[in-house]
Amino acid sequence: MTTLEIIDVLVRLAWLAGAVAFVIGLARMNSPATARNGNLLSAGGMALAIGATAVLILAEQLAGDGIDPLVWAIIGVGVAIGGGLGLYTAQTVKMTAMPQLVSLFNAVGGGAAALIAIDDYLHLVDVGSVRLDTHVFIVLDIIIGSVTFTGSIIASGKLQGIISGKPILIPGGRLVTIGLAAVSVVAALFLFLTGSPNLAVMLVILAAALIFGVTMVLPIGGADMPVVISLLNSFTGTAVAMAGFVIENPVLIIAGALVGASGAILTKLMADAMNRSVLNIMVGGFGGGEGTTAAAGEGGSVREISADDAAIQLAYASSVIVVPGYGLAVAQAQHAVRELAELLEERGVDVKYAIHPVAGRMPGHMNVLLAEANIPYPQLKEMEDINPEFDRCDVALVVGANDVTNPAARRAGTPVSGMPILDVDHAKSIVVIKRSMGRGYAGIDNELYSNPKTGMLFADAKDGLASLAVAVKAL
Amino acid sequence: MTPEEIDGLIQALTVFTLAILVGFAVISKVPATLHTPLMSGANSIHGIVLVGAMIIAAAADDPISQALSLVAVAFATMNVVGGYVVTDRMLQMFRKKPAASKPVEADEAEA
Repeated sequence: MTTLEIIDVLVRLAWLAGAVAFVIGLARMNSPATARNGNLLSAGGMALAIGATAVLILAEQLAGDGIDPLVWAIIGVGVAIGGGLGLYTAQTVKMTAMPQLVSLFNAVGGGAAALIAIDDYLHLVDVGSVRLDTHVFIVLDIIIGSVTFTGSIIASGKLQGIISGKPILIPGGRLVTIGLAAVSVVAALFLFLTGSPNLAVMLVILAAALIFGVTMVLPIGGADMPVVISLLNSFTGTAVAMAGFVIENPVLIIAGALVGASGAILTKLMADAMNRSVLNIMVGGFGGGEGTTAAAGEGGSVREISADDAAIQLAYASSVIVVPGYGLAVAQAQHAVRELAELLEERGVDVKYAIHPVAGRMPGHMNVLLAEANIPYPQLKEMEDINPEFDRCDVALVVGANDVTNPAARRAGTPVSGMPILDVDHAKSIVVIKRSMGRGYAGIDNELYSNPKTGMLFADAKDGLASLAVAVKAL
Repeated sequence: MTPEEIDGLIQALTVFTLAILVGFAVISKVPATLHTPLMSGANSIHGIVLVGAMIIAAAADDPISQALSLVAVAFATMNVVGGYVVTDRMLQMFRKKPAASKPVEADEAEA
């Protein structure tokens, strides 16, 4: 074996080690105790795979025409720009804005996968012929990567509030989306049947896929964005695997397939927890997100409660379960809730948090937000663990959560039927902090609010919690 | 296609299929509380596309390819670096109250 061949083997083994690190890293994310370590292992595998690639490129250049400064300039400048932007945004982002940043990182990943296919295709156009399987992988990579790129940017823009979180329905928009999909499929079939690379047709596919990403995500409401981001994450993984087929690189195939599978499972779990099908969400036009529910109708009679009365209930309770929801995340009230909880704990009240699987803006997002506010992790209870405890709890404090507490879900025939809910109505008394009697995401009245045990404190989550804290202090 | 090319394709498809099954097996065990960090962690893993971007950069021999590979390297690096850093920031928060120096072991009972 020549030196180059030995290096080639070592690099391939390093790629394999990287792939193993990704799998073990993901496996270690099973438990909060090992999750961080798992992520670091995965990062180590990534560094190894990238470092090995640099060694391979260097070795090939040394064995050939010598070091090519331009190649290293391209890689160096690209790594400096991308790494700088990634590091800066990741370190400075507020944890409430984290979902849109993840979406943005997903967009650039999909974009990079599409660019690899485009570059490869340009070479094949020069050559003038292409194998059918390569052709299929390239076209799939371009389509999936481009849809992910623009789709993730729109999803990120919606969460950031740059683009309205409401479903944006253009007259005939669905037809445009279907038309774009049809154009891509027909153009792709044309390429496969003629069997020769055609730049113009590829550009048509690229344009159709880029616009498709926009028109696919625009009609979807802000509250559904977590599912969309998860789906797009899965798409990117698939696009990267396709790029792996195109350039015949196993580590891209393995890592891409892993992410494709994980994203698909997460998407399904999220949609299940909201009692909706992924298809239903993608059809869009549902789920207005924040700010769209004000001033909706009232169902049944509700009892309003003052901050002082609510504070007395809380302060003299022996156990309180806090139910945080989307409204708390939107109002960034995680620190306010911790302050209130600490005041209650000083008075000997046992405080726990009931976390619905889809509370917040992504599954598990609520845990991240509350952990950021230094709320001890053992106080955060998952739905199955906390539900039996509502029977023994004196006060349930619902902050900005709606549909996940609606007892109507236990009956058949309502839009929320069958959705797993928190058994808040089993508590001895209930305090709900909410801006208005507006309906939640499912668009129906919450029977919890007209329950005689429930007192409604109408306020923004942050202001309501702050006024409760003031009132508890004054007792 | 030559027999070697068919062999290569079948091998690649085998790896792809098995990796999907591994992904399902590993990930379906993760508790809901870790889904957001997991999603972010998986998001960083597809940053492996940087390896592909470097390979096309090394082969780029005309200005268009050079420009495409520069953008691809920048995009992919942003995905890798940003993804791992933001995931680590999230996971750092899953600790017990005296948030200072102790690592996460103590949280194990709650997992």
